[in-house]
Amino acid sequence: MTAKAIQWLDDRLGLSTLRKLADHKTVPIHSATRWYYFGGIALFLLGIQVITGTLLLFYYRPTVAEGFDSVRFLMTRVEFGWLIRSIHSWSANLLIFVAFVHMFSVVFTHAYRPPRELTWASGIVLLGLMLGFGFSGYLLPWNQISYFATKVGTDVAGSTPLVGAAIARILRGGDDVGAATLTRFFALHVMVLPMITGAFALLHILLVQKNGMSTPPWVAESSVRQIKFFPNFFLRELMVWYGALAVLGALAAIFPWELGQKADLFASAPNGIRPEWYFLAQFYTLKLIPSHVWVFEGELLGIAGFGALAAAWALLPVWGVNRAGQARVKLVSGAAVVLAVYLAVFSLLGYYK
Amino acid sequence: MRFVTIAVLLLPAALIAQTRDSCIQCHSSMDGEIQKPALLIKDDIHYANGLSCADCHGGDRTSDDPSVAMSPAKGFVGAPKRTAIPQFCARCHSDPNFMRRFKPQQRVDQFELYKTSVHGQRLAKGDENVATCIDCHSVHDIRAVKNPAAPVYPTHIPDTCGRCHADAQRMAKYGIPTDQLAQYRTSVHWADLKNGDLAAPTCASCHGNHGAKPPEVSSVAAVCGNCHVLFAQNYDKSVHAPIFSGAEGGGGCIVCHSNHGIHPPSTAMLAGPQAVCSKCHEPDTPGGKTAAEMAQWIDGLGAALNHSDAVLTQADQAGMEVSDAQEKLSDGREDLVKARLAMHLFEPEEMHKPIEAGMDVAAETLRAGQEALHEKNVRRIGLAISVFFIAVTVFAIWLLIRRLEVGGSGYIEPSSRNP
Repeated sequence: MTAKAIQWLDDRLGLSTLRKLADHKTVPIHSATRWYYFGGIALFLLGIQVITGTLLLFYYRPTVAEGFDSVRFLMTRVEFGWLIRSIHSWSANLLIFVAFVHMFSVVFTHAYRPPRELTWASGIVLLGLMLGFGFSGYLLPWNQISYFATKVGTDVAGSTPLVGAAIARILRGGDDVGAATLTRFFALHVMVLPMITGAFALLHILLVQKNGMSTPPWVAESSVRQIKFFPNFFLRELMVWYGALAVLGALAAIFPWELGQKADLFASAPNGIRPEWYFLAQFYTLKLIPSHVWVFEGELLGIAGFGALAAAWALLPVWGVNRAGQARVKLVSGAAVVLAVYLAVFSLLGYYK
Repeated sequence: MRFVTIAVLLLPAALIAQTRDSCIQCHSSMDGEIQKPALLIKDDIHYANGLSCADCHGGDRTSDDPSVAMSPAKGFVGAPKRTAIPQFCARCHSDPNFMRRFKPQQRVDQFELYKTSVHGQRLAKGDENVATCIDCHSVHDIRAVKNPAAPVYPTHIPDTCGRCHADAQRMAKYGIPTDQLAQYRTSVHWADLKNGDLAAPTCASCHGNHGAKPPEVSSVAAVCGNCHVLFAQNYDKSVHAPIFSGAEGGGGCIVCHSNHGIHPPSTAMLAGPQAVCSKCHEPDTPGGKTAAEMAQWIDGLGAALNHSDAVLTQADQAGMEVSDAQEKLSDGREDLVKARLAMHLFEPEEMHKPIEAGMDVAAETLRAGQEALHEKNVRRIGLAISVFFIAVTVFAIWLLIRRLEVGGSGYIEPSSRNP
């Protein structure tokens, strides 16, 4: 009966093709194999986000009047509502952290080399989308901290050269953060960004399947052992996912994500207002830049600098390889160390100062 | 054409002549007391509004010749006599048409009020020891009342009044106490003012400013009731209102709360060794027992709300979401205020309703806090069970991997790969 059902599905869906693909997929075993897991963890956390986000949608109401109270209702009155919201918030932060680790592991193992330029580019887009999810989702509970952090965040976006004012206005849906901002951040968070993320995640995964797993330049591809992806590597990945699930559960149960106070548009900004940790380095850098540098406005210069840095980073496959298509190991690793140290140090300074 | 040219050339000189002020120029270059006004005037509100020495003292500011600048023919009147100061200031400050040019809402009744004050009445009798305009507002560096550096800015008023009223030597001939400032500095009003609450009462809030005089016995409750409206209304309906209206040394509120040294009220005023009720009601009399009962109710509600608050804070610090219960707790605090308010009717049954409502809130919020703490423990247990099952599953997967990979199955050696 089961065999018949599988055959019936195979005739219609071509499952045997997938099985063949899985049978042929292998993963190289070497000193950096452990870093392969981070892409999978990011995918797992993305799945958690989709599931918990959908559950949150059953109760969340995206209006200034009801937004905060609907989240509070969910956390206090709905069975396991606190767990769903806490896991969604913690998972969002872990996802961004894991995405950064994944990105740096790709850089340090020089996996951006041809033919994986598009895999890198789609990954950078996905990282940007994750930050977009973080920024838009942060406002949705409509609490005091998120309201003022969004004011600061949209102000910073408004400092972008030439198009800043238009960007700030489009993001806010007006001159200031208000009801229109909440509804459009909601639309971005639950519809626009998920659709784009779905497309890029699919492309990213397909490219990984198409090009296989990259081997670091210092490992001779011809002499490396491989392990079958399915079931051997997949089962290991599954163990890591379970571990991630345990970590998420522990964080949600021991440190439930707090709700704070309802946003008061007429209150003065609370002390020590700062963005989420993943924007802290940029935030602190902007604070350090003088208001005017030569003839330029400091903030504008900072934003332009970040834009140039992001563009250069996205173009890593262009400047990070030589004409023969080999990685410029020292240059890229050096740049990655500088970037990682900058992000870590400035994030810590931004948090503690 | 020639006329226009000359006029244009002379315009700067004409402007300089108009803005120059020989009084300030000459007095600035002098020494001692006579120099002071010229230095102080830079901080003066009148000067900031375009007025200068000659606008009060008369004379010709455009002349460098002292005999012309300070000539009576030019209207120079010099410094007014102390007894004439109020009229001197009132020349402008009682003139609505003049004052409107600077500030349309500015009051112009200060002089009229001053004449009704104890200060004004004594000054009229020739007593130069009493306060005139300049004693409170200063002279030559007169600042706007809203200027924090002004001696009549709320936070400075106690010191400004106390400069005379706390001076035992100066007050000796009037036979009035001089401990008001010291008492006020122990009061709840001063504590609030010191903490930046500019609405907190100062001397002028109760005594008036320009028409300053002690409140009559009959008007004390009205004075306190200006701010404590509902308390005064309840007190007026109480059995005590007619009894204390004629009490010696002022009646009404101050019988229990005193006047200048008003301390934060507490139930110690109702019962115990410091109780003000016990001055009239012995503890074992019906009145004393009622006072003790009311104190017990208020203390009971306060303690119950504090207990709920502590439990909710504990739950909050453990990361539990209890903000709706914490908001609800503020209703209970409001009931406590209502109970204290009802107490001023001195009818115990009037206190029942807010006390009971407050106790209900305390019980409800306590329950919410305890449930949150219980829920916290349930979560920890749930987490432990989940982690246990996850660990078992991971172990099972690990065993499965070991079984699958017996003999190196699943591994592809480089030598066995197709080229």
